[in-house]
Amino acid sequence: MQPFAFVRADDEESARAALRQGARALAGGTSLVDLLRLQVEQAPALVDLGKLPFRSIEQAGGVLRIGALATLSDIAGNPLIQHAAPSLAQAVLASASPQLRNAATIGGNLLQRTRCAYFRDTGFERCNKRKPGSGCAALDGDDRGHAVLGVSDHCIAAHASDAAVALTAFDATVRLRGTAGERSVAIADLLRLPGDTPWLEHTLAPDELIVAVELPLGDVLRRSAYRKLRDRASYAFALVSAAVGLVIEDGLVREARVALGGVGTVPWRAHAVEDALVGRPATQSSVSQAAQRAADGAVAGTQNGFKVELARRTVRRVLLQLAEDTAWK
Amino acid sequence: MEMTDAPSMIGRPLARLDGRAKVTGAARYAAEFAPPGMLHGFLVDATVATGRVAALDARTALASPGVHAVIWHGNAPRLPWNEPVSPEFTRPDGARLRAFADDRVRFVGQPIAVVVADTIEQAHFAASLINVTYAEQRDPVVDFTEASAAATLRRDDTTARGDPDAAFAASDAQVDCSTVIARETHSPLESHVTIAHWQQGKLRLWDKSQWVSNVARVLAGDFGLEPGDVEVISPYVGGAFGSGGRVWPHTEIAAIAARELDRPVKIELTRRQMFNLVGHRPYTEQRVRLGANSDGLLTAILHDGAAETSRHERFSEGLLRPTRMLYGCADVATSYIVVPRDTSTPTYMRAPGEASGLFALETAMDELAWQLRLDPVELRLRNDPTHDLHSNLPFSSRSLAACLRQGAETFGWSKRRLEPGSWIEDGEQVGYGVAVATYPANYVRASARVRLSANGSATVESATSDMGPGTYTSLAQVAADALGLPVEAIAVEIGRSALPNTPPHGGSMTMASVGSAVLAACNAVKQKLAQITGTEHAPAKLVPAPEDSLVEQLRRAGLAQIEADGHSNPGDTAKRFSMHAFGAVFVEVRVDRELGLVRIPRIHGAYGVGRVVNPRLTRSQCTGGMIGGVGMALFEASELDRASGRVINADLAEYLIPTQADIGELTVAFVEETDPHVNPLGVKGVGEIAVCGAAPAIANAVWHATGKRLRDLPIRLEALLERRM
Ligand SMILES: Cc1cc2nc3c(=O)[nH]c(=O)nc-3n(C[C@H](O)[C@H](O)[C@H](O)COP(=O)(O)OP(=O)(O)OC[C@H]3O[C@@H](n4cnc5c(N)ncnc54)[C@H](O)[C@@H]3O)c2cc1C
Ligand code: SF4
Repeated sequence: MQPFAFVRADDEESARAALRQGARALAGGTSLVDLLRLQVEQAPALVDLGKLPFRSIEQAGGVLRIGALATLSDIAGNPLIQHAAPSLAQAVLASASPQLRNAATIGGNLLQRTRCAYFRDTGFERCNKRKPGSGCAALDGDDRGHAVLGVSDHCIAAHASDAAVALTAFDATVRLRGTAGERSVAIADLLRLPGDTPWLEHTLAPDELIVAVELPLGDVLRRSAYRKLRDRASYAFALVSAAVGLVIEDGLVREARVALGGVGTVPWRAHAVEDALVGRPATQSSVSQAAQRAADGAVAGTQNGFKVELARRTVRRVLLQLAEDTAWK
Repeated sequence: MEMTDAPSMIGRPLARLDGRAKVTGAARYAAEFAPPGMLHGFLVDATVATGRVAALDARTALASPGVHAVIWHGNAPRLPWNEPVSPEFTRPDGARLRAFADDRVRFVGQPIAVVVADTIEQAHFAASLINVTYAEQRDPVVDFTEASAAATLRRDDTTARGDPDAAFAASDAQVDCSTVIARETHSPLESHVTIAHWQQGKLRLWDKSQWVSNVARVLAGDFGLEPGDVEVISPYVGGAFGSGGRVWPHTEIAAIAARELDRPVKIELTRRQMFNLVGHRPYTEQRVRLGANSDGLLTAILHDGAAETSRHERFSEGLLRPTRMLYGCADVATSYIVVPRDTSTPTYMRAPGEASGLFALETAMDELAWQLRLDPVELRLRNDPTHDLHSNLPFSSRSLAACLRQGAETFGWSKRRLEPGSWIEDGEQVGYGVAVATYPANYVRASARVRLSANGSATVESATSDMGPGTYTSLAQVAADALGLPVEAIAVEIGRSALPNTPPHGGSMTMASVGSAVLAACNAVKQKLAQITGTEHAPAKLVPAPEDSLVEQLRRAGLAQIEADGHSNPGDTAKRFSMHAFGAVFVEVRVDRELGLVRIPRIHGAYGVGRVVNPRLTRSQCTGGMIGGVGMALFEASELDRASGRVINADLAEYLIPTQADIGELTVAFVEETDPHVNPLGVKGVGEIAVCGAAPAIANAVWHATGKRLRDLPIRLEALLERRM
C-alpha cells in the first residue's frame, strides 16, 4: 500500500476541504482500504467521514431517509425498514458477513467497486477500469461472475451491491452535497454504465459527499422481497439476485417493481417485467410470462450464459411467492 | 502393553486442554513472536510464468523510507543447499526451488526478491517500486490437455493384477466414468509465516509448520549447519491441512535475509501468495471402468489418473491406493500420469490422493449399482474382500461392512427408493447418497520424552505439532493413563525441533506414532523406577494402592524426578498386515431444480478407526473432515487464468469454502473395533478419513435426487439448472 495522509473530518466543510485537495472519502473502508492494499487504488490522502452526523435512519413524511454513514447492520436491524422496506432489509442482510456489515456503510456500498478478478489483481495487464485503454481481460477470460446486461466492448464487470438493487427497484434517490450545493439523483443517474469509459463509475463531483439515501415509502415497498442466489448459502456475491415488489388488488396487479443484481454492470431495473405485469391478473401463467422478460437485452459471454435463464426464474420465483403471500392476507 | 483396571484416561471426551488459551488469545502462534529488532520482509512475486529475471532495478525501492535491503539472486549469498540428513519425504521428485539461487522463473508468483524494511507497510510499498525485466519468456503451458503432451507415467502407481482388460470386456455390466476435480487450495485461516533469528551462527525460526523436525534439518542443510544448530518453534498452528508439511521458499528467504542483515526478519505471506507458495491439491482427471457380473460382483476395475504438477517437481499422491485394495476384485489395473504445467508445485492436502481417487471410484460404484438396479450399500457389501488382494496380506482389522450396516441403520437409509429423481418433498428433490471412505493407518517411527516429578506432575515432550486435532490433549491422556496421574498433572510440550524427533503432523499418523512413543516413554520411566526401587521383578498389581503410585515410589526413592525417552517401533507390522481405517458416509441432499440450488441437511459418517482416545476430539476431527468434503463437492476451486497461470480467485471472498449456513446436521459414529496389530495404542488416526467419502457421497446423493450424474467437482448451480421448466 502506498503511504498516504490520514485526516479525520470534524465537520462537512473540513471533509470537503480535504476532498478538494485530492483526498478520498473513507467511510467503513471495507472496499477502499482493501483496494489500497491490493494497490488497485491509490490515494494521496484519506479523509475519514466517521464523525459526520450522517448515520440516522428516520421517516419524514412518505420518505425513508437513511444517513450515508448508516452501516449495513444498522439498516438490517432497523424495525422500520424491516416492516416498511423488507426487500432492502433482506438485501442488506444477505450482503457480506456480520463483521463487514458492522463496518460497511450504505454510502460506501453504492460506490463499492467491482469484484472482477482482473480488476482486483494488478498482475493482469488488461483492465480498462484500472488502466484506461488497456483492454478487458474478462472478455476472453473467466467471465462466469460477470454481467450480461449493460455490458460494453470495454467492460463487462458486474456491480456487486445488493442494497443498490433494492434501492433501484423502489426509486430511491441519493442526496449529494458539495461546494456547489445540494442535489438529489436517482441511483440510475448516480451509477454509470461502462460504455467506452468504464473507469468512470459514478457522477459525483470530486468534492461531493453522499449524505443520505431517500426511499419513497408505499404499498409496493411494504410488499417486497429480495432473493439472492449465490454459490454458497452465505458470504458470497450474487450470481443473480432480484428485488421485487408486488401489489395485487382484486386479482389484478396494481403495482410491480423488479430490479436485478449480479447480472448488470449497474443495478438493473427490469421495466419490461413490470409493464407486463401491471393491470393483468396475478396468475401463475401471466407472472411466468412477465418474468420471461427479466433479462431482455442480455448479452452473454462464454460462461455466464446461465445467468440469463436464472434471472428469469429468480424473478418468477419471487413474484409467485409475493403473489401467494398477498393471497393469504 | 500394560493393562490395569484403573479407570482409563483413554476414551474420555475431554475438552481441549489448550482451548482456553486459544480463545483468550494466550496461545502464541508463530507470527506473534517478535524478537527485538525484528524487520519485515515482503516477497516480490514474478509476474510471468517462464523465462528468467534479466535485470532488477531496486534503486527507488532502496531509497524508500524504512527499507534496509532488497535481496534477489543478483546479490543473494550462495548457499551450500545440502540435502537434509534425513530425507524430506513430503518433497516430491524433481528440483526444488532454491530461493534466489538462479535467475529462472518457474511459475507466476515465484518469489524473485525480498524487500526488508522496518515495517510491513514500508516493505510492501517498496516492493511495488521494484522494476523487473524478464527475458526468454515463452507462453506458459497452463491448459491441462495441452500440458498432457509432456506427461510422465508414475511407474510405482501403475499396477495390474489378473487380466483386467479381458475381464472388463467380458463383464455383464460395465461402467465407464470420467471425473474431474478442480485444483483446491488449503486456505487455513492463519497465513504462513516465518521469523528467522541468527545468534552466534545458530539459527532460530518461529515457523508455521506441521513438521518442525524437518524444517530444522532442511534449513541446516541449506546453510551447511549442524542439525542441532537450527531450532524451529511452532507451538500452535492455526490450521494447515497439509500446507505446512514441507519447507517452502519463504522460510529459507527469511533465514537468508536475517543472516544478511544480522537482524531477525519476519516474512508473512499474503492471502494471494498463499495460493501459489504453499501448495495445493492438484487438479485431477480420472477414468474408472468397472465390470461386474449380474450378481453384483466386481469382475474388473481399471482406474487411470492424471494429475497436475509443476514443471520443476513431479508431485504425486495416493490417488489410486484405495482402488487397489478396497474391493474384492481379482482383475485390477491402475495407471497414473503427472502432467507438468508452468505453475507452482502441488502438495498434500486434506486426505491427499485418497479423497480424489475415492471420488472417482465411488462415483463409478454408484453408477454400477444403478445399472445393476442394486442398492449401493448392498453392492459394496457384496464386494467386501476377506483380505487385501493387492498386497496379499490380511487386514489388521477391517470394519467396512459394520460401518455400512450401522451407518445405514442410523441414517435411515431404508427410506431410500432405488429410482433417482423420484422423491419430492416441499418442492425440492430429495436424494440419499453413500460412499466408502478409507485411509491407511500409518504408523511410523517417532520419539517422545517423559519426565515424572515427585511433586506429582509429569511432562511430555515431543517435536510434533497440534494444528487443531487436539494433540496436546490426547497425548496428555495417553501419559495420564500410563502413569496413573490425572490429566491436569500432565504438561505437554510440543512444536519445537529441539524435542524428540517426530514424523510430519499429517497423514493421520500422529496419534498412532507419537502417541505410541509417549506410551513407550512412560513405560520406560516406570521401568527405570522399578530398577531403582528394585521392584522390576515384582508382579505388577492391577490397581496400585495409593501408597504404591509411581509418584510415591519416586518420593520414597528420594528422587526429585525421573526421565526417559521412548520410541514407537513400527517394526515389520506393515509387512505382515494391511492396515487401514474404513468408513461409510451417508448424505441427504435437497435440490431446488428450478434454481439449481443444493442443500445438505445432514451427513452421517460411521467409521472404524480402532481405539478412540478422545471421542470429543475425534468427533470434531470427523465433522471437520466432512465439512472439507462439502467444500470439495460444492465450492472449492482455484481457478487459473489460462493465458498466464495466475490464480484468478486468490482470496477468501472468491475462493469459497463452506460457511456455517452451508452445513446442516453432522453426526459421527465409531463402530467397535479392536485392533491388536496396528500399534500399541490400537488407534488408526482420523485426520484424513472423514474427508474421503464425503464428496462422492454428496455427488451420489445429488444424482439420486435429480437423476443427473455430475462427475466434475465442484458441482455448481449451472450444472443443475434444468433447461426447460
Ligand atoms: C469480503 C467482502 C464481501 C462482500 N460481500 C458483499 C455482498 O455480498 N453484497 C454487497 O452488497 N456488498 C458486499 N461487500 C461490499 C461491502 O458491502 C462494501 O465494501 C461496503 O458496503 C462499502 O462501504 P464502506 O463504508 O466500507 O465504504 P468505503 O470502503 O469506505 O468506501 C467505498 C467508496 O465509497 C466512497 N464513499 C464512502 N462513503 C462516501 C460518502 N458518504 N460520500 C462519498 N463517497 C463515499 C469512498 O470514497 C470509496 O470510494 C463485500 C465486501 C467484502 C470485502
Ligand atoms: S470486465 Fe471491466 S473490470 Fe473486469 S477486466 Fe474487463 S474492464 Fe476490467
